[in-house]
Amino acid sequence: MQPEAVRSAEPVHPAEAVHSAADHAHIADVADLRESTLLRAVLTSQPFWVTIALLMLVIVMSLKEPSFSSADNVANITRNFAPFGIMALGMTIVIITGGIDLSVGSVMGLVAIVAGLFLTWEYPWYVAFLMGFGVGILCGAINGFFVAYVGMPPFVVTQGMLAIARSLAVVFSQNQMLYKFGPDAATVKAIGQFKWPLRETSGGWAPEWMPEFSGHFWTMLAIGVVVGAVFIFSSWGRHLFAIGGNENAARLTGVPVKRIKWQAYVFCSFCAALASILQLGYNGSAINAMGAGYELRVIAATVIGGADLMGGAGTAFGALIGSALLEVIRNALLMAGIDSNWQGAFVGAFIVLAVLLGMQWGGKSIFANLRERLKAG
Amino acid sequence: MSLLEIRNVAKSFGAIRAVNGISLSVDPGEVIGLMGDNGAGKSTLVKLIAGNFPPTEGEIVVDGSLCHFHKPIQARAMGIEVVYQDLALADNLTASQNVFLGRELKKRVWPFWILNKEAMIVRSAQLFAELQSETRPRDLVRKMSGGQRQAVAIARTRLSNAKLVLMDEPTAAISVRQVAQVLALIERMKAKGVSVMLISHRMPDVFAVCDRIVVMRRGSKVADKHTAQTSPEEITGLITGAIRAA
Repeated sequence: MQPEAVRSAEPVHPAEAVHSAADHAHIADVADLRESTLLRAVLTSQPFWVTIALLMLVIVMSLKEPSFSSADNVANITRNFAPFGIMALGMTIVIITGGIDLSVGSVMGLVAIVAGLFLTWEYPWYVAFLMGFGVGILCGAINGFFVAYVGMPPFVVTQGMLAIARSLAVVFSQNQMLYKFGPDAATVKAIGQFKWPLRETSGGWAPEWMPEFSGHFWTMLAIGVVVGAVFIFSSWGRHLFAIGGNENAARLTGVPVKRIKWQAYVFCSFCAALASILQLGYNGSAINAMGAGYELRVIAATVIGGADLMGGAGTAFGALIGSALLEVIRNALLMAGIDSNWQGAFVGAFIVLAVLLGMQWGGKSIFANLRERLKAG
Repeated sequence: MSLLEIRNVAKSFGAIRAVNGISLSVDPGEVIGLMGDNGAGKSTLVKLIAGNFPPTEGEIVVDGSLCHFHKPIQARAMGIEVVYQDLALADNLTASQNVFLGRELKKRVWPFWILNKEAMIVRSAQLFAELQSETRPRDLVRKMSGGQRQAVAIARTRLSNAKLVLMDEPTAAISVRQVAQVLALIERMKAKGVSVMLISHRMPDVFAVCDRIVVMRRGSKVADKHTAQTSPEEITGLITGAIRAA
């Protein structure tokens, strides 16, 4: 920065300022040109409306089915969607760069089997977990290498990894369930089933009405806060959005595009590995089918939460709220006694609906258009 | 002393000689129009100066020192900035985010370095004021007019206090009113002592702002004249080859 240049800034010529203000007042929706007030930003954001939908669903379900809002069910729901939320955070980062990672479900399976094998071989829990994370991160590093440095389409690369990781999981496990976890089995389970706060009945201090939130949920929140902070405060986060918006521009302005894209895939696989380890601990066993088909739910959650599959847009909050909505729908369908085979239809419909709502028409989202029409009418 | 001195620069791609022994000098604060038909070698010459690749023959001297550029970042370090034809802006970011893309200002919030958004907004507002553009730092580039986008791309070059700005077809795809804005921006850069090399097909724009006009044909320089001493007719003739050289 050059202070001299700052001081030499010429004042805008008054006549010219007036002239340009008058000239520009009519340009299409000047109001919308501004990044505007916080309120407007919130009202036009997809995560906000998804949150409203979620709250409405929760209220309706609570009224119709009192057990829905029971402390135990809340603890259940929040535990169930936490692995999806964690993976959706990683997926959001990849999607912001304009990529996609179809391999997260398979990476979960492979990580579970590798960690499970080391536990079966009676290694300490931390060695097993470390190996699991190592394999997961390796998968991400391979994905990222082919996407960022070789320049292959992410769809192809990660679909290849989807097949490879799942196949390796089956081979390594010899198609057996792993559950004889040796001396550290108890520790693994304690980590996977960690809860806080504990109620008095389970030796804690929390009152009866308070859900005993799972460690999965707290982990998800912690990572959510970190990812959100990275998006808002770090230049790395800023560069993710720039890459998604105009990769060529990012490269020309000196952003290390390849390295950042590679890191995005590594982080996404790290999230899948974390979700896998948590799940492994909770179940106390590892199966090679863990995470099968999860990639679609994770991508759905991310998109419902407002991430743009074309890149350049997405939020940490959106990823979590999207995951929560999908799980609440699933739980509500179960409680309403609807055949669980219908879940796919509902989830699929929600994905299409979310993308439809997030679509931009004439530079504005459907919400912005709707608001204007309401104002005009 | 001239800011940029090109001596007998040539560039071959295999058997094709895109630039054929060009010599050229640019003085501080001078606006040069670079004209020529498609395939005349303008873009190759610009890329040589911008450091995209080194010349096959000849020398590029910036500020008296001989330069061997292999990457644009090396040219940028010598004070040469490029405003690309597509402007290289990320539509989903704001004006100030684009201006500072790749060189964000940060502040220390122990134990992290975080983006100093206020400082970047204030600084880019100053740059826009300097350029007398009504662009607002917090506006999204997606929703800007062509003239405002140009202002963002030019503000980026002001950030590093570039000495020479290469502008590739800045007025090719924008409205008449916005063309006037861009030409005014070039005048203001010149007033600040910045040299500009304007690559354009638009004769009126070149005659409006350039001190000198360089015409290229088939990789060679066929004319290098002061704007006052030539005419659009002569330049047209030189571009098409109707006039051999001047």
